[in-house]
Amino acid sequence: MSDDTNFSSSRRKFLGGAAVATGALATGKLVHAQAMPDPLITEMQPWQQYLGDGVDARPYGMPSQYEAHVVRRNVPWLTADSVSSVNFTPLHELDGIITPNGLCFERHHAGIAEIDPGMHRLMINGLVDNPLVFTMEDLMRFPRENRTYFLECAANTGMEWRGAQLNGCQFTHGMIHNVVYTGVPLRLLLEEAGVRTNAAWILPEGADASAMTRSIPLEKALDDCLVATHMNGERLRPEQGYPIRLVVPGWEGNMWVKWLRRIEVGDQPWHHREETSKYTDLLEHGEARRFTWVMDAKSVITNPSPQAPITHGPGPTVITGVAWSGRGTIPRVDVTLDGGANWHQARMSGPSLDKSMHRFYYEFNWDGSPLLLQSRAHDSTGYVQPTKEQLREIRGENSIYHNNGIQTWFVDENGQAENVEVG
Amino acid sequence: SREGGYGLGRTALPEEIAAWDIDVRPDGVGLPVGSGDVWTGEELFVDYCSVCHGDFGEAVGRWPVLAGGFGTLDGEDPVKTIGSYWPYLSTVWDYVHRAMPYGAAQSLTDDEVYAITAYLLYVNNLVEDDFELSNENFSEVVMPNEQAFFMDDRDAVELPLFSQDPCMTDCAETVEITMRAAVLDVTPDTEEDNAVE
Repeated sequence: MSDDTNFSSSRRKFLGGAAVATGALATGKLVHAQAMPDPLITEMQPWQQYLGDGVDARPYGMPSQYEAHVVRRNVPWLTADSVSSVNFTPLHELDGIITPNGLCFERHHAGIAEIDPGMHRLMINGLVDNPLVFTMEDLMRFPRENRTYFLECAANTGMEWRGAQLNGCQFTHGMIHNVVYTGVPLRLLLEEAGVRTNAAWILPEGADASAMTRSIPLEKALDDCLVATHMNGERLRPEQGYPIRLVVPGWEGNMWVKWLRRIEVGDQPWHHREETSKYTDLLEHGEARRFTWVMDAKSVITNPSPQAPITHGPGPTVITGVAWSGRGTIPRVDVTLDGGANWHQARMSGPSLDKSMHRFYYEFNWDGSPLLLQSRAHDSTGYVQPTKEQLREIRGENSIYHNNGIQTWFVDENGQAENVEVG
Repeated sequence: SREGGYGLGRTALPEEIAAWDIDVRPDGVGLPVGSGDVWTGEELFVDYCSVCHGDFGEAVGRWPVLAGGFGTLDGEDPVKTIGSYWPYLSTVWDYVHRAMPYGAAQSLTDDEVYAITAYLLYVNNLVEDDFELSNENFSEVVMPNEQAFFMDDRDAVELPLFSQDPCMTDCAETVEITMRAAVLDVTPDTEEDNAVE
């Protein structure tokens, strides 16, 4: 089998390199002349002749071997070790709006907690009439909801504050995923415990060795937070908080506590490490914003991009990307080919869901001259994605988090793309 | 569908709440009775913490710096430490107690956490070397940067600016490339061997 595979893939590469399309755009129709018959058509291929795997060979299917490069990646120099670290979703290899579970970026503070759901508990205590302990079976007996949300790390694009640094949208924008959650509204669990009238905040806590905690206003907790058991139809992956995680729609990923084991109800915020030392945004004059929860409207062109150059030459070319906002939907995305001098409205395609990723396309005939590509998201509140320069004027360059500035890709005449800044 | 009163779950026992409810707030709520002094803290810190954070909180390699950095927050390279940046001492106690040492979380006794917290104050020049920290004098310690934090003001400062109708045509005379990522060349090459397993 592997010999056949090597033969066919090397054969395909040879043909791909050798088949030079000669076309004419003059009439608006592309006319190809094929000098020789294509052996992929005229010669029998092994998969046309021999039997493949049966239905018992792949009880849990994996992507094609030809998609082996579509993986999460990390940047070793970003963090002191790989356990309290982050990796990146390969946005440039994906389309639509749903991130496959196995490609959803990971961010841990003490590695992946491997928890037997039979040994996991969820406690609610603090300013409640009846502090409670739930088993996972208990949670499955509450009414459930299905919602599609993006989860974006507050530090997504954080390495780009001082200028263009990492070459690829996987690395500049890949601390994000977008999945369908099934979960119990947090409100129902809090109501079961009976929240007292002086309650104003909650403190979710994780069961891993970092015991992650964040203070969340009760108003948000009672509004749209979920205690999620499933993502994209199956149980959460261990790296995403199995058996349960908190879902905090539109808000920074750090608050989406994984391996959720406890929710304390209180009357004040706790000012814990992840909302003082971390996830506070230092501004130029030395003071810092705290509690910057919402993720602002943002977008990025995923193709072409540094990891996904244009390989087909001039002619019909598809620009695509994703856009999202923590404040609503994305009714419109603008795309520029000339670094922001002139803009065109992109075509939105697929579901437009509140606090979810949206897919946009812009199709054009590329004449082969260099491009400076940008995308600019508009959200349903009327907010328009700012440039990095507009953000720096207000915040300086040291706030680390919440960089939603417009991204520029320089595409040269060969179709190679590079992360740049323009002025 | 019905709302509330499902009767699911069971009442949490006091021992169970005590085991898990370890969080501490700036006003001292949650602090256990206990104490520890700088010298005890130094011994503990050298034993349990210095392999990553250095003997004086100066850090080894890429691990977090815990001391110093005063006067750097408005500069080009801010050094954000417990002394220079953290607003509340309670966060130090809570975080060390909940998550440190890295790889052996929640292995320190309450008194040990008081001692290490006292030592961290000392290496940040915030207390003398004979200082003892306890639940009783805890709230007397005021961190230097407490007042430098303010509530998210994007709604007032940024939303109006960024909610204008944007330019669509002839928005710039010339566009110049001012910075290129390829010049830095710090991106991992995307070969198979670099994939996250």
